[in-house]
Amino acid sequence: MDILIYGTVNSVTFALIALGFTLVYGVSRIPNFAHGSIYVLVGFLTYTFINDLNINYLLAVFISLIISSIIGLIIYRFILIRLRGLAASEIIASFAVGLIILEGLRLQGIGGFKGFIGPFYMLPTFIEGKISILGVFVNYQRLIIIGIGVVTILGMSIFTHYTKLGLSLRAIAQDEHAAMMLGVNSDRTAMISMAIGSALAGLAAVTILPLGNITPEMGYKVLIYALAICIIGGLGSWWGAVFASFLLGFSMKISTALFGAMWESVVLVGGIIFILLVKPSGLLGKQKEFEERV
Amino acid sequence: MVDETRRKKRLDRSIKVRTEGLYAISSGAEMFYLILPRAALIVGLLALPLFLDMYWQKVLCAAGVYALLSLGFDFLAEYVGLVCLGGAFFIGTGGYISGLLNSYFGWSGLLCIPIATLGGAIFSTLVFIPALRLRGIYFAIISFMFPIFARDIITTLNIFGGTEGISALGTLPNVWTEIYLILLAVIIALFAIRRLVNEDIGLILRGIKDNDQAVKASGISITSYKIKAMFIASLLGSFGGAYLSHKYGWVGISLFAMDFSILPIAASVMGGMGSLAGPVLGAFALTPLSEALRGFGQLRVVIYCFILIGFIVYKPEGLLIYFQRKYHQFELWEKV
Amino acid sequence: MKEAPLLKVVNISKAFGGVQAVLNVSLTLEKGDILGIIGPNGSGKTTLANLITGFVRPNRGTVLFKGHNITRTPPHKIANLGLTRTFQVMRPYNSLSAYKNLIVPLKSPRVRQTRGGKLGDTDAVALDILEEIGFERDARVPYKIAGSLPLGYLKRLELGRCFALDPEVIICDEIFSGLSMSEITSMIPLMERLQIEGVTLIMIEHRLRELFRLANRVIVMNFGQKIAEGIAQEVMEDPKVKKAYLGRERS
Repeated sequence: MDILIYGTVNSVTFALIALGFTLVYGVSRIPNFAHGSIYVLVGFLTYTFINDLNINYLLAVFISLIISSIIGLIIYRFILIRLRGLAASEIIASFAVGLIILEGLRLQGIGGFKGFIGPFYMLPTFIEGKISILGVFVNYQRLIIIGIGVVTILGMSIFTHYTKLGLSLRAIAQDEHAAMMLGVNSDRTAMISMAIGSALAGLAAVTILPLGNITPEMGYKVLIYALAICIIGGLGSWWGAVFASFLLGFSMKISTALFGAMWESVVLVGGIIFILLVKPSGLLGKQKEFEERV
Repeated sequence: MVDETRRKKRLDRSIKVRTEGLYAISSGAEMFYLILPRAALIVGLLALPLFLDMYWQKVLCAAGVYALLSLGFDFLAEYVGLVCLGGAFFIGTGGYISGLLNSYFGWSGLLCIPIATLGGAIFSTLVFIPALRLRGIYFAIISFMFPIFARDIITTLNIFGGTEGISALGTLPNVWTEIYLILLAVIIALFAIRRLVNEDIGLILRGIKDNDQAVKASGISITSYKIKAMFIASLLGSFGGAYLSHKYGWVGISLFAMDFSILPIAASVMGGMGSLAGPVLGAFALTPLSEALRGFGQLRVVIYCFILIGFIVYKPEGLLIYFQRKYHQFELWEKV
Repeated sequence: MKEAPLLKVVNISKAFGGVQAVLNVSLTLEKGDILGIIGPNGSGKTTLANLITGFVRPNRGTVLFKGHNITRTPPHKIANLGLTRTFQVMRPYNSLSAYKNLIVPLKSPRVRQTRGGKLGDTDAVALDILEEIGFERDARVPYKIAGSLPLGYLKRLELGRCFALDPEVIICDEIFSGLSMSEITSMIPLMERLQIEGVTLIMIEHRLRELFRLANRVIVMNFGQKIAEGIAQEVMEDPKVKKAYLGRERS
């Protein structure tokens, strides 16, 4: 029971983390290596808004989500747009942006900025307290994570299937040239996808971070999880990512219960290497055994 | 503001034209013209330590290690088509193997380094084999994760000294061996790889980068060639790692640090991807820079990320190509 | 006793997702044949070539080449047996000069001993092959970067890349498409030369008239299935073929 509940929480957490990355990659084929940094940045922004500027919690969350999507826009508009199609450069540039954000958060002594170092930064939970479900005590926050996660997954799939904007995102994802001929602006869609992806990273941050401290180092970890999930689920595959996060979430929880918390990363590596050997395109990735690339 | 009606016209210097093809060795001037850049690099690198004090000599050694990594990165990215973001993995394996050999068997550094270079390269190649079937972004992502996992596994299982690392390793005999070992390694590696990419195996590797399907249809197993290329690149990295472990007399998880993956990439981009010599120069320029910025703490990383983005967006050709152009061509503005 | 056919494909099938790209196609190829495969766009011709050469694994069916079962053999091993192909989309090794493009196949295990040369004379062999397939030797064309060559040369280069392997079968995927009439006329003798030199050809084509000059047998495909097979003129009289292939033009 313990495993079931916490495994679900884990899985939804992973899904929230990975969805933004998958969305951006699926639509614009850009591996956004700044994903983890945006996650952390939103955490710190919200913290600053609440504690230093005394803004109402929900308002603070809202503002930082908007800021995160603007950052996504800026990254695309000023840097990535010049590098479209050069996979290596896209990775390097977005990773460099990510590093700038992460290391920038740790900067000290410039303009009186103290830098976010040490385990002193926490976001308040939405609702305090715990509830007992079938004998297991669960924080309300964890239930909220599940709720928000499920709502996000469903909301995004409704968005991509039933709204005009969402449909144009999917069109670009499937066939860029055809979509462009039908009047979908590829750059604009990619920008929107970056904005939504970053906002999703931010949403993940504000829901998950209240459970622990915020540190800049988390950025790397979040990025790694997002990458691992997308590799296992198949890059750019929406349901693959959801599926992979549940797989990873539960297998990690089970391995932790059986062997101890230290084995998490070993499970992660094992999973990835296994997937690579068995099905390199990921569980639900499109089979591209042979493509004559034009 | 650049006048829109002008454009830059580039003319090859006549000596550049004369040195092409068969006529290259027709006179002293032409031979000098050809040899000058190469000789300047070699002599410059070898003479540099004589003018530096202790501190900067140390920096130079570190720069040498980064140069080897950059060279490996550039080779893999531009000549094989594998963007490897996990250079730290090579450093780590090389360093740990050398460190373990030294601390358990007490072998001297000069013996451990070659063994660790070879052993590290074999081990890294074996680890990367499952990933070699991938290409493009998949490979980049996987290679990015390897050093991080290696670090996690070492801390998790608490092997090889865990987070503490292994200290009190044998160091190299003296400062001059230290410096010239790495400088010679850089020079040899640079010219060897330049040679390699124009040999048959290099041609096949470049073919794989341009069109792997056609290589397959030509009856060549691309995986086996990718493995060879990976081995060569990890040879360079493992040597760097083994060297570092004996230079500092210490091995630890910081050998898997992100620095070893990122700085070589920045150096390659800055020096000019695909030029091989460019990344080496880039490493020798960036490392001292980051060293000079050490006082600023984290600002260091931020600054070289800015340099990286600046180059990748605004000057993707890199420094070396720029200098090459200046060396080979006249430039003048002409009216359009 | 009749010798086994050079290439024998039995009931091969492949589906991509829900699309049945190739369904139960069988064919045999005797030594010295020039077999044409025609059909409307999207009828599974290229997929068939991919299946035979191992680039795509079939769902069902077998491919026998010189008696070996090569159904699940990786492409490079198939090429080493002497069965190779050109690609529909021309992508030469852009960063290499034209003749160096040929050094890649010359280094394959199949010809390394015979043509590849161990002492570094590969360049000379490569230049010879280029001359044979119509690159002027004295001009600087063979030394140009392959990426800068015009389409006609690229097609020849693609053919040369196959020819360097000293193959027994070449599958030419739309080698004439995109070429001008005069370029095609100069290519046809080249194909005939290949045939005389003992190379068996499978030609996937849209240019029917040129194909019919060469091919002694034609297979017509539509919606992934083989709908007719036989001598060119007879096949074109087949009502099913007319309907599938030419129907729109006649109506």
